[in-house]
Amino acid sequence: MLDVRVPIREWVSTAVEYMRDTFAPLFDGFADAVDALIGALLGALQWAPELVVIVAFAGLTALLAGWRVGVFALVGLFLVENVGLWQPFLQTLSLVLAAQVLILLVGVPLGILAARSDAVEGFLKPVLDFMQTMPAFVYLIPAVMFFGIGVVPGVVATFVFAIPPLVRLVNLGIRQVPADLIEAADAFGSTSWQRLVKVEMPVARPSIMAGVNQSIMLNLSMVVIAGMIGARGLGAEVLRGIQRLNVGQGFEAGLAVVIMAIVLDRVTASVGKRRARGA
Amino acid sequence: MTTDHPPDVSSTSEDRNASTPKIAVRGLYKVFGPDPARAIAALEKGATKGEVQSRLGNAVGVADVNLDIGEGETFVLMGLSGSGKSTLLRLLNRLHEPTRGSVVVDGTDITRLSKRELLEVRREKFSGMVFQQFAILPHRTVLDNVAYGLEVQGVPVAQRHERAQQAIELVGLAGWERSYPHQLSGGMQQRVGLARALAVDADVLLMDEAFSALDPLIRREMQDELIDLQARMRKTIVFVTHDLDEALRLGDRIAIMKDARVVQVGTPEEVITEPADDYVAAFVEGVDRSGVLTAGSIMQPVREVARLRDGPQTALSKMRRSGLSGILVVDRERRVLGYLTSERIVEALREGGVTQERIHGDLMEPATTVDADTPLSDVITIASGGSQPIAVVDGTGRLRGVVVKGAILAALARPHRNGGDAAEQDAGGDVAPPFTAGRAVLEARGA
Repeated sequence: MLDVRVPIREWVSTAVEYMRDTFAPLFDGFADAVDALIGALLGALQWAPELVVIVAFAGLTALLAGWRVGVFALVGLFLVENVGLWQPFLQTLSLVLAAQVLILLVGVPLGILAARSDAVEGFLKPVLDFMQTMPAFVYLIPAVMFFGIGVVPGVVATFVFAIPPLVRLVNLGIRQVPADLIEAADAFGSTSWQRLVKVEMPVARPSIMAGVNQSIMLNLSMVVIAGMIGARGLGAEVLRGIQRLNVGQGFEAGLAVVIMAIVLDRVTASVGKRRARGA
Repeated sequence: MTTDHPPDVSSTSEDRNASTPKIAVRGLYKVFGPDPARAIAALEKGATKGEVQSRLGNAVGVADVNLDIGEGETFVLMGLSGSGKSTLLRLLNRLHEPTRGSVVVDGTDITRLSKRELLEVRREKFSGMVFQQFAILPHRTVLDNVAYGLEVQGVPVAQRHERAQQAIELVGLAGWERSYPHQLSGGMQQRVGLARALAVDADVLLMDEAFSALDPLIRREMQDELIDLQARMRKTIVFVTHDLDEALRLGDRIAIMKDARVVQVGTPEEVITEPADDYVAAFVEGVDRSGVLTAGSIMQPVREVARLRDGPQTALSKMRRSGLSGILVVDRERRVLGYLTSERIVEALREGGVTQERIHGDLMEPATTVDADTPLSDVITIASGGSQPIAVVDGTGRLRGVVVKGAILAALARPHRNGGDAAEQDAGGDVAPPFTAGRAVLEARGA
């Protein structure tokens, strides 16, 4: 219709290239830090004997989410180990945990800021919508440009994709704390920090934990995609199965992802509910 | 936008407390919405809350309120919903920011304080607040809820648990320390709310419709306990309610609010017997007056008494002159000694041998006396037991007035729109026939 094409493509590419060149040391430093975090997590998980890790995980799960989920975790993890996916499983788990740490570190404070200020909320809402609806693959390209091939761009793409529900639900949860509880906190002379940690966060905990749960699920859904840009783990195993048209191999790796997802989901969901009841 | 009224602590106006008030409110306004100055200007010219709302679009919370709340007083803010009573309460500890005016607590104008200083005042002067919906923290045990105020002040855990424990025992919740709010009934939850405030142990206790969410029996019980606690602790309590009976039970003084303004401040008795306007009069109509009015408020002056030295003829002629069938006998200090009826004197005179000694001996009946503070409900019980007028005495037994049955019925029957002299008028003649029997016992028209 128009002779002139709106050069969105050029703008974005130029901006990304400019950022890559200008902030290279920053990106490198960030990449090193994330690498170190994942390395440490993985190192710790690999250091202990497999049996100990499996039993410890199952025990922790049982403690947090009840014995049924605990038994499921025990059986599931043994199965993963049995089909020879233990190493990819740990690699993926450490990637998921590292991404989740970043998501929590940024998402919770952002949610609190949004709850405190209508202006921040108004600004964040469209940004979060954008982040969540933009196809996740699109993040991979700049992520690779900034951080190179490997685990780190996977973590970053996961971060961008999975953080919105956490910010939203922290914001919502804190805004929904009953007004009289806020007044009570103020009337007794709480500082705003005391009000936050002693009243708002605990009362909003079910909503915050729902946000954590949601972001972990989105986080896990990025695992396979991260495998496409060189992150080792279950995602890479799934891709290998696809490339070889080996249905069984792909299914095994996919099943391992499902087991991890179910355990993490049940644990985070029950932590939210349990604290809400005050038991 | 804090204040342009200088804190004026010294002029306590007609307040009964000669000392400095605990809380002094001067020219206080709270206006919501844009351009509050314009709204205040309109209010100063006498515009009503409704007019400001419709003409300027500002919601008016509180307009031109001046109050002195005394140390150790239970001060009730009463009004219908939307009258501004809860807003006024929240202006006292600046949960709401005043638009104009000052709130002076112990000589400090809190409207001028910085955030940090305000925090200190809230911790040191106020025992937090007790809320209608309890506002206790669902994730904390009873003990940790009660300890909250001390916790934010940085009181060490052992010490704050000890003080919380004492407060819990004070409100009768011992044994529930480890329970969570959802395990408690509404009444018990509000006890937690009350204990949380008491644990802080500051002078001023703010209570916002604290008992309104409770069912009537529990509400009554909590009111009694508050009265009980207050008798021991003498805190300055500001209590918001829409329930007149509650206001009359709890309040040493009551401020009645209407459309953001205070329309009357007075003791429960003053509010009932001398309503400032039709609004208050309509409010107090139909209230159970017997619990509020006292013997002192409905008593009438004594026209004539018999002295110790009076002989039988003197006593009789005094009765005859004032149209009485009986007379109270008092000593030199006007202390009540007994009651004489004309019937018995005449009878004794007919038999002969009446001496002055006999008058003060077997002829005289013991008088029925009550203290001036005796509630009307008790006076009714006493009055129904005999035909004597009831002598109202002060603390040292001196006669101050009498209560006749007619006056009791008149006081119960109608609100006193015409002020305190209504009872007198009723007794003076315009009482319906059923009351005349009582009136005949003792004539009290003159004063």
